[in-house]
Amino acid sequence: MKLLSDTWFMVVRQARNLMREPIWIALLLIQPMVWLVLYSQLFHNAPKLGGFGTTSYVTFLAPAIVVMNSFFGATWSGMAMINDLDHKVIERFLATPASRFAIVLSQIVRSAITAAIQAVIILVVAVALGVHVHSGVGGWVIVILAAILVNSAFSGLSQGIALLTRREATMIALANFIGLPLLFVSTTLIARAQMPSWMRVAAHANPMDWGVRAAREVVLPGTSWGTVGLYLVFLLVLSAVTAGFATWCFRAYERTL
Amino acid sequence: MDAIVVEGLEKRYKQVRALDGVSFGVREGEVFGLLGPNGAGKSTTVRILATLTKSDAGRAEVAGHDVRREAGKVRRAIGYVPQDSGVDQYGTGRENLMLQGHVQGMGGAELKQRVAELLGLVGIADAADRIVKTYSGGMRRRLDIALGLVHRPKVLFLDEPTTGLDPEARVQMWAEVGRLARQESLTILLTTHYLEEADELADRLAIVSRGQIVVEGTPPQLKATLRGDAVHLVLSNGRMDDACRIVERLGATPETVTDDRTLVARVENGNRALPGILSALDQDGIGVESVGVSRPSLDDVYLHYTGRDFAAEDRGEA
Repeated sequence: MKLLSDTWFMVVRQARNLMREPIWIALLLIQPMVWLVLYSQLFHNAPKLGGFGTTSYVTFLAPAIVVMNSFFGATWSGMAMINDLDHKVIERFLATPASRFAIVLSQIVRSAITAAIQAVIILVVAVALGVHVHSGVGGWVIVILAAILVNSAFSGLSQGIALLTRREATMIALANFIGLPLLFVSTTLIARAQMPSWMRVAAHANPMDWGVRAAREVVLPGTSWGTVGLYLVFLLVLSAVTAGFATWCFRAYERTL
Repeated sequence: MDAIVVEGLEKRYKQVRALDGVSFGVREGEVFGLLGPNGAGKSTTVRILATLTKSDAGRAEVAGHDVRREAGKVRRAIGYVPQDSGVDQYGTGRENLMLQGHVQGMGGAELKQRVAELLGLVGIADAADRIVKTYSGGMRRRLDIALGLVHRPKVLFLDEPTTGLDPEARVQMWAEVGRLARQESLTILLTTHYLEEADELADRLAIVSRGQIVVEGTPPQLKATLRGDAVHLVLSNGRMDDACRIVERLGATPETVTDDRTLVARVENGNRALPGILSALDQDGIGVESVGVSRPSLDDVYLHYTGRDFAAEDRGEA
């Protein structure tokens, strides 16, 4: 119970601080739209290559952009932890009975909430661009869930690395290092059929691609709910593992004090 | 019962021996000062007592609980005001206090009321709903202290409470701390590298130097051990040995020689002894550049017990 209430109050703190940043809010809203509009224009003719499951590229793309956006958000989520470490906010919590896990978990939850809000915005814009979510309301829920799970899986990792390195420069380098490669070794922008065979294999091991496939499955016709469930379970397990990793890193950080 | 018991604490950071067997006790309701220059081990001691850092050896009890085995109980019983604040700069003063109360397990109307009370008590009620980033240094420090007090702790740790404050704010803070100690019936452990601060605030104090407690007592007790005034003589032609001999012959005790030119001599009544000392030195052809007489201060106590100059050590010159 202490874990939940501490997490809640810490999430409220972070969310409130973010809401006081007008530029941050503007970017939060605009960024996903930029992705959606730019990519859908750029690759407009891609479905002609075949294997996309739809003739509308924006329909193919929209669920993947939701996941990609939440993935990128997650890779940066450790920055807030570094900021709190630098300002000794974490140390202040450590001298109180605050749940240690809540300190880590609140960062992950805050990041996931942001991802969920952006997911809704992207879906709304996508619908305005003519995308039809084939499986209806349930589909929306699955897309948002995929975004949340991809985000928590990677923000656990990001938090752990933040706690180990405690340096912004290292975090930035690392986020860039994993960000684009994982984007390109996935079916985010292009159909599986159009990928070189080694990439198709590699994409199986890419958790972001798990999220993309689950989200796309419910947007395009012919949804296989088994596939959706499987990928979401994979992501859930991975989220638990990376949250565990982040907690382990937190203990390591405590030992350096 | 003692509010804080510390026995043989040791702590190493890689090659640096931060604490080398620190022991002391703080009685309930007392303001206890750990006085020492930067890097002496004061903050490390407090961090161990606040359960942030684990010691390598020794044991410590705070409010009757072992800091290692009963860290949770200690954390509920203490308020820790660290050297670097740790407030959330992007939140308001009130929000910071509410969050602190919540993680301490408080809530509802009780917490709201306590927060309002504390904001008034430390004198930042007018700024309560402003973002902390807009606060002055003194206001931030007040908020820091209020954060440590939200849950009505039994023991409050103040790590360098006035470092970074201007002299005026420092004097105000001293008055504040003294008042809080009484109003909240707290035991306070404060660390400082300001001799005046320890003198002003502490009922009892321990002088810390290089990871060890050098001496412990009330400020008057410590000063009394020095017996008499200090006569400071700065020699112009460096005949230190001769000067020491002459001073000794006149019944003063040449105590410490801080550099090659400054001689400090202890004597019952400095003002009376000074003319005699000066004329004796003059007769012997020993030039004196400047003189001074001072009542015993904690500076002298530090010098007496460590053989080192406090200010130089604080700047890291020793």
